[in-house]
Amino acid sequence: MEIMDTPEETVIEIRGLCAGYGCGDSIRNVHIPLRKNRITAIIGPSGCGKSTLIRCVNRMHEECKSATVRGEVLLAGRNILDMDPVLLRRRVGMVFQRPNPFPSMSIHGNVAAGPVLNGMKKGAALDEIVETSLRQAALWDEVKDKLRQSAANLSGGQQQRLCIARALAVDPQVLLLDEPCSALDPIATARIEELLLELKNRLTIAIVTHNMQQAARVSDYTAFMLLGDLVEFGPTDMIFTNPSDSRTQDYITGRFG
Amino acid sequence: MSADNFHRRKRLNNAVTLITGACAAVCVAVLLGILGYIAYKGIASVNWQFMTKLPRPVGQTGGGIANAIIGSLKIVGLASLVGVPAGVLGAVYLSEYGTKKTAFWIRYCADILNGMPSIVIGVFVYTVMVLPMKRFSALSGSAALAIIMIPVVLRNCEEFIKLVPVSVREAALALGVPRWKVVLRVVLPAASRGILTGSVLALSRIAGETAPLLFTAFGNRFWDNGFLHPIATLPLMIYTYAVSPYEDWHNQAWAAALILLAIVLAANVTARLALRKT
Amino acid sequence: MAKPGLRERADDKTFRLFVLGFGLVAVALCAALAAELAWGSKLAWAKFGPAFFWSSRWNPVEEQFGALPFIYGTLVSSLLALLLSAPLGLGAAVFLAEIAPKRLAAALCFLIEILAAIPSVIIGMMGIFVLVPAVRWFEPFLIKYFGFLPLFAGTPYGVGMLSAGLILSVMMLPYITSISRELLLAVPQQMKEGMLALGSTRWEMLRKVSLPYARSGIIGAVFLALGRALGETMAVTMVIGNTPKISASLLDPAYTMSAVIANELAEATSDIYVHSLIAIALALFLITLVVNAGARLMVYRLSDGGGPQ
Repeated sequence: MEIMDTPEETVIEIRGLCAGYGCGDSIRNVHIPLRKNRITAIIGPSGCGKSTLIRCVNRMHEECKSATVRGEVLLAGRNILDMDPVLLRRRVGMVFQRPNPFPSMSIHGNVAAGPVLNGMKKGAALDEIVETSLRQAALWDEVKDKLRQSAANLSGGQQQRLCIARALAVDPQVLLLDEPCSALDPIATARIEELLLELKNRLTIAIVTHNMQQAARVSDYTAFMLLGDLVEFGPTDMIFTNPSDSRTQDYITGRFG
Repeated sequence: MSADNFHRRKRLNNAVTLITGACAAVCVAVLLGILGYIAYKGIASVNWQFMTKLPRPVGQTGGGIANAIIGSLKIVGLASLVGVPAGVLGAVYLSEYGTKKTAFWIRYCADILNGMPSIVIGVFVYTVMVLPMKRFSALSGSAALAIIMIPVVLRNCEEFIKLVPVSVREAALALGVPRWKVVLRVVLPAASRGILTGSVLALSRIAGETAPLLFTAFGNRFWDNGFLHPIATLPLMIYTYAVSPYEDWHNQAWAAALILLAIVLAANVTARLALRKT
Repeated sequence: MAKPGLRERADDKTFRLFVLGFGLVAVALCAALAAELAWGSKLAWAKFGPAFFWSSRWNPVEEQFGALPFIYGTLVSSLLALLLSAPLGLGAAVFLAEIAPKRLAAALCFLIEILAAIPSVIIGMMGIFVLVPAVRWFEPFLIKYFGFLPLFAGTPYGVGMLSAGLILSVMMLPYITSISRELLLAVPQQMKEGMLALGSTRWEMLRKVSLPYARSGIIGAVFLALGRALGETMAVTMVIGNTPKISASLLDPAYTMSAVIANELAEATSDIYVHSLIAIALALFLITLVVNAGARLMVYRLSDGGGPQ
């Protein structure tokens, strides 16, 4: 796979990554760069390994007992597989398919969870982080009067933005989203998409989606995966208008009818 | 199929309904009979004096069971101070890391302990604590109750901790929180209600245990002092009074039984109801 | 294959070992229990050998100890209780699982589970003051009409094997009922519906589908309850009459393993006496171990979805 020359700075470089569960590899020899302040979408039919791929980038993949990983994922030139996963995850945050707020915590508690669990004391500084994160996640106005209430009372879309705010509160450089809208209605999805476009000014973002329109709307780069192989990676408009691989073409046109 | 046959089958079915219904009615009647009878016999002797006074010397009537109430609180409290944390932390191992062979053996042994007659545990504590220390003591009574409690808490709480969804653990891990902190600060609070229920159920079980206390806590007709001396407890007191030949002691035994039953059932029912709501 | 992720952080490893330690407490307790009981009874084994189990002499003054009367009392009282409570409990379970309306069933189950929570010393009190007088009242009838059977010959004491069996059956009921009910509820709905759709009555469905499907589990439940009964101490001690004699009659006083420990351990003076009582505790440990292990195997097999074999 040839990676195109672009002037943008590469924050994460996935090189020759193979990963899987048990004996078989569910992704093989994947090369993808994640560029700074850009959104990279990873698309493909279900079972193509896109979730496995993104979960490797902050090493959540390895939380599964039988998980295996080979290859390199470079963060600022260092292989993350040699780093401490805990420290890595503070730099590379993640948002999951289904909103998963902590059930026993308030809205404030959820956003503050990262800093607090990592040793920050309660106080004005923490409240400020909570407010900033909620503002960045475009949720502040909706919840500012009920910060002490349980997060379980929020709608699905609000819960997912809360999870984004929670990830942002740790101040990561990279944000990974694993099909963040798959459990949401179209309006809530649109809000998340808008949010991502704002967030990319501060962060590097990778989003896994099974929804090609979403990839086309929000991403700058798109990677297309099929059965564990990276078929094609390139600028989104290139992939969607003029893919170089016939399989990409088939997938895209098949989907668009 | 003839109509005759049908009626016969129908009658058989009705008979079974009736018989099984009667079985259920007997079970419930036994329970209500026990509860009602104890309330009826006990209520006559329960009063403030009874709950706040020491027993009178043998042969005199009157007196109370204050020392037994406090004694029970003391040894059950000490037992749960040990038994609950030990059980919960063991449950954390089973729920978070419990897929290996070690976990199988832990569960197996916990189940064996759970089914072990409590008197056998009493004998065990008698040989490892009472004989070497050459004294009956509150401490050994607590030890016996804690041993009974640990496997109960362990198995109850494992189930409740497992109920916390994987997604909650993932969310916390993805924030860059070490696993141990995730477990202690996120998973356990999320399971707190279940853990509380499991612990209270275990508590209500040991509060009524008598057999293991016979030769550990032993009993005492006076205020106990500290944890190194024999101590009075409600169940032991009920036993001693019930098998005695004195009418007055029988009445006191009923009253003490009512108090013990009220405590045990209140804890048990509250825990079950709390669980039902979730 | 490289597994870099399985390298554990030092603090996580410490924590894992820490909680593992608490988990192993259960294993350690089990091992310590077995070892201590074996060690603590060694004088009895040395002096009496295996004859300890079939000698029926229990004479602390002459320091002659044999456990047979207690083993007999424990087994007979528990089996008697089993005979009384198994049909009753199973009937109640069938009613609660299949026949009663859902809300009634939930309420009744709640009550029956409360029965299991009543401390045994309180059940024992009911035994002394209610059951034993009642038994004493109707024993003359048994003797009059069934006295030709050795089972019902003798004197109407009230206390004795029969009272012990009755009180134990009360204590076993909630276990049999609630576990059997859960097993009956676990019978797959499609199987039951299939039978009902053939035009069978509810009873026929139960007999042909539910009960065979849950059979091994129900046997397991009965054995779990039996395990409880074998080790039950207080209630039995209070009503069985505490006499170390083997008698064919259910009306005669008897003694159980747990009762003799409860009554005599605190007052046992000589070493051989204490060791003999601990030997009985060890035997009780082993009996309940076997019964429970078998019972759990049967209940687990079904709850794992094994189905009837």
